Amino acid sequence: MNWSLLSQLLINGVVVGMLYGVVAMCFVLIYKSTQVVNFAQGEFLVLGAWVCLWLVVDMELHFAAAFLFTLVFMTIFGIILQMVVLRPLIGEPIISVIMVTIGLSIFFQSLMNWIFGNSAVAFPQVFETQSVELFGLNIETAYLFSLVISVFIMLGFFYFFKYSRYGLAMRATAFDQQVAQSLGISVKSVFAMAWAISAVVSGIAGIVIGLVNSVSSALAFIGIKVFPAVILGGLDSIIGAVVGGVIIGMLENGAEFVDGQYLHWGNLYTIAPFYILIIVLMIKPYGLFGTKDIERI
Amino acid sequence: MLKLDEDSDRAAGPDKASDTVLSVDNIEVVYNDYVLVLRGLSLQVAKGSITALLGANGAGKSTTLKAISGLLKSEDGEVTRGSISFEDKKLQHMDPENIVRSGVFQVMEGRRIVQDMTVLENLKLGAFTRKDRSNVADDIELVYSYFPRLKERHGLAGYLSGGEQQMLAIGRAMMARPKLILMDEPSMGLSPLLVKEVFTIIKRLNKELGVSILLVEQNAAMALQVAQHGYIMENGKIVLDGTADELRENEDIKEFYLGGGGERKSFKNLRSFKRRKRWL
Repeated sequence: MNWSLLSQLLINGVVVGMLYGVVAMCFVLIYKSTQVVNFAQGEFLVLGAWVCLWLVVDMELHFAAAFLFTLVFMTIFGIILQMVVLRPLIGEPIISVIMVTIGLSIFFQSLMNWIFGNSAVAFPQVFETQSVELFGLNIETAYLFSLVISVFIMLGFFYFFKYSRYGLAMRATAFDQQVAQSLGISVKSVFAMAWAISAVVSGIAGIVIGLVNSVSSALAFIGIKVFPAVILGGLDSIIGAVVGGVIIGMLENGAEFVDGQYLHWGNLYTIAPFYILIIVLMIKPYGLFGTKDIERI
Repeated sequence: MLKLDEDSDRAAGPDKASDTVLSVDNIEVVYNDYVLVLRGLSLQVAKGSITALLGANGAGKSTTLKAISGLLKSEDGEVTRGSISFEDKKLQHMDPENIVRSGVFQVMEGRRIVQDMTVLENLKLGAFTRKDRSNVADDIELVYSYFPRLKERHGLAGYLSGGEQQMLAIGRAMMARPKLILMDEPSMGLSPLLVKEVFTIIKRLNKELGVSILLVEQNAAMALQVAQHGYIMENGKIVLDGTADELRENEDIKEFYLGGGGERKSFKNLRSFKRRKRWL
C-alpha cells in the first residue's frame, strides 16, 4: 500500500472538496432563496477565472488588484443577470426558469469561447514559492491558498447568515416570502443579493481553481460536480453543501487511488461522484442535512 | 364571557377627522383581475385608538388588512378603486416594504413567525427597517419585559407553543416601532386564558406605547372590550359601525356575534320557508 500517495491524494481531496463545498454553497444559496436550480453555476466560475486572468495578463495588473476587480465585476454581473434575465421570470413555472439557466449556461460558454478562445491558459506565476513542506508532505502553495480562501468564505457565510441583518433577511425570505415582505424586506433585492453573492463566490472559486490547473472552459465541470455534493448534503442545506463537497472531493481522490493502484480501469475518478449521486437518490433522497417534506396523510 | 382586568378606562372614540391616523376610502379590491372581494369599503382608525373590524369567515377582513399593508400584491390582489391614506401618505400603490418603513406593520393571521430561527433572530428581523440600530438592543429588552416567557426560550421558534408564537409575533411587530399595527386574529387557536393574556397585552401596547391598532377578530366579545370603535363587515362591505359600547348593546350584534341575545327562541316564532318546487 502506497501510504504517501494515499495521504497526498486525500489532502488533494480535502482541498478540492472544500472548493466543491464553496461552489455548492452558492448553488444552495440560490436554490434556497429563489427556488431556482442554477445550471449556469459552472459558467460563473469560468467567467471569474477568465476576467481575473485577462486583468493579470493583458492589463498587467498585480494579482491582488486583479482579484479585487474581478470580485467587483462579478457582483455587478450577478445583480444585472438577476435584474435583466431572472426578475421578469418571477412567478413563471419553475421549469421555465431552469430551462433559462441551461440556456444561460450555453450562452456564456459560447460567449467566453468567442472572447477568450478555446485553449487553456495558465496564470503567470502568482506565488513566489511553488510548494511548501507541511508535516512531511509536499503541498502546492496554490492548494494552501485555495484551502485558506475556502475556509475564509465558509466562515464568512456562517457569520453573514447568523448575525448580519441581510443574512437574516435572506433566511426569512427563504422561509416564507410573504412573511419577509410583511417585515419590510424587499424580496427583489434579496433575490438580487443571492445571485450577486453566488456569482462573486463562484468567481473566487474559479480563480483559485484556475491557479491550480489553468483557465479554460473545462472549469465549468465544477458546476456539474456540484450536483453530487449538493444532493449528498441535502439540496437546501448550506452546511450540507460543505460536508457534501468535502466528501465528494475525498471520494474522488480515493477512487483515483483505488483505480490507479488496483483496478486500472481508468477515469473512475470522474465517474465516482455520480455513482454516489445515484446511490444517495435511491436510499436517502433528502441527503444528509436536507429537510424532508412532511406530508400529512 | 371573559372580562379583562382593567375595563373601565377607555378613551373617547374618534371625534375629529384630524385625529385619524388611517383612512380607507371607498376601496375596491380585485383578485386575479376578476374576483371582486371588497367593494366600496371605508373605515377610519383614530390616532392612538384600538379599532375592531369584525365579521364572519370570508367577509373580507383579512383582505382589508392586506390591502392596507400591501401584502395583497403578492397574492395577485389589487386595490382597483378608492384610496388608503396613512398620515399624509397614500398607501394603495406603495410596495409592502415602504409601507412598513412608513410605520404600518401587519401581524398576519396564524402568527407566521420564522420557525427555523431562534426567538432572538425573529425579534431582530422585526427591526429590519429600523434606522436607529443602536436602540434595537433596548427594544429587545422591552419586548422581553412584556413577554418574560420569551426570554427563557433559546431554541427554534418553531418549537414554541401556540401562545408563545403569538407573543413572539406581537413582539416582532413591536421591534419595528410601528405607529399602526394591523392585527389579524390574534386569538386564533388559543385557549381562553391565553386569549385574555394576549388581549391584555394588546391593550397595554396601545396605552403604554401609543400604537394605534386595527384589530381583526372572530372573537367579537373580546375585541369590543378592548376597542373604542368597531366596524362590522359582511360580504366585502361595512354594514354597521359605531363605538364599541353601541355595538355591544346592538341587538343584532348580540345575536350574531356575541352569543345569546334577546329572549329564548321558540320554534313557534320561527318563520317556516317553503321549499321551492323543482322540476328535477
